[in-house]
Amino acid sequence: MIATAYSVQGTVVFTTAALLILIGALGVISVRNPVHAALSLIMTLFGVAVAFVAQSADFLAAVQIIVYAGAIVVLFLFVIMFLGVDRREHIQFEPLVGQRAFAGVGVAITVAGLITLMARSHWVSGAVSVSSKLSNGSGNVKELGTAVFTTYLFAFEATSALLVIAVVGAVLLARRERSAMSEEEAR
Amino acid sequence: MIASSATNAPAAWYLVLAALLFGIGAFGLLTRRSALIMFMCIELMLNSVNLTFVTFARTLSDISGQAIVFFVMVVAAAEVTVGLGIVVSVFRRRSSTSVDELSEMKG
Repeated sequence: MIATAYSVQGTVVFTTAALLILIGALGVISVRNPVHAALSLIMTLFGVAVAFVAQSADFLAAVQIIVYAGAIVVLFLFVIMFLGVDRREHIQFEPLVGQRAFAGVGVAITVAGLITLMARSHWVSGAVSVSSKLSNGSGNVKELGTAVFTTYLFAFEATSALLVIAVVGAVLLARRERSAMSEEEAR
Repeated sequence: MIASSATNAPAAWYLVLAALLFGIGAFGLLTRRSALIMFMCIELMLNSVNLTFVTFARTLSDISGQAIVFFVMVVAAAEVTVGLGIVVSVFRRRSSTSVDELSEMKG
């Protein structure tokens, strides 16, 4: 690894993003109230958006805020409110003895493995980029659009089919049976 | 490892951050019992992967990483839609979102 002379603002941006991400993530897994967990999730998603902007992925940062923090978390909150807000989980109670210890050890091994892999690998493959170069500093919206609509056109079309299937599936899952509905109306 | 541009933090920092975020999400997924919180933990893990993709897109100067993040976001949206539909329909039958109570298929 080459020691680079990175600037102060890069460090400040990284620290801000890291604090937002880690505090939010710890909040998601530790609070009892699901509404608070959803709000912590927004904090993490915002931190990831900051990291995206810092790494010249402006369009993805905008999509992150609009789709994730906007649509997905609102969907989570909608379901939480729909199911009842005051359903809190008992965190202190541990039904499976030793589950947390095993999970903690497994996760620690995984993270240590990832960091070791990162520290020992060389990322320069020498392969030519299949789509387009990333222009550093600018927004990259044009390059991203070209890549999505040329190189990854088939994947793009496949995601549209996936979204339609997901919407139909969700409607089918959340729908009430006709007989159950008429029984409730009869009551 | 490639030296990053001078105005930015090194890519290794972002990769370590993504690894930590993945670990937190995995720990929550393994230990929490509410299906909703488990979905949020899956979102955390997906976000850490997205962060890794964007970091490598910058490090290797290749837009493909960002294009794949775009697709991951679409798949995550579809996954949340179907998953929350399942949670709602389970809640109708059980009046609970705890995954411990779903044990009919236990062998």
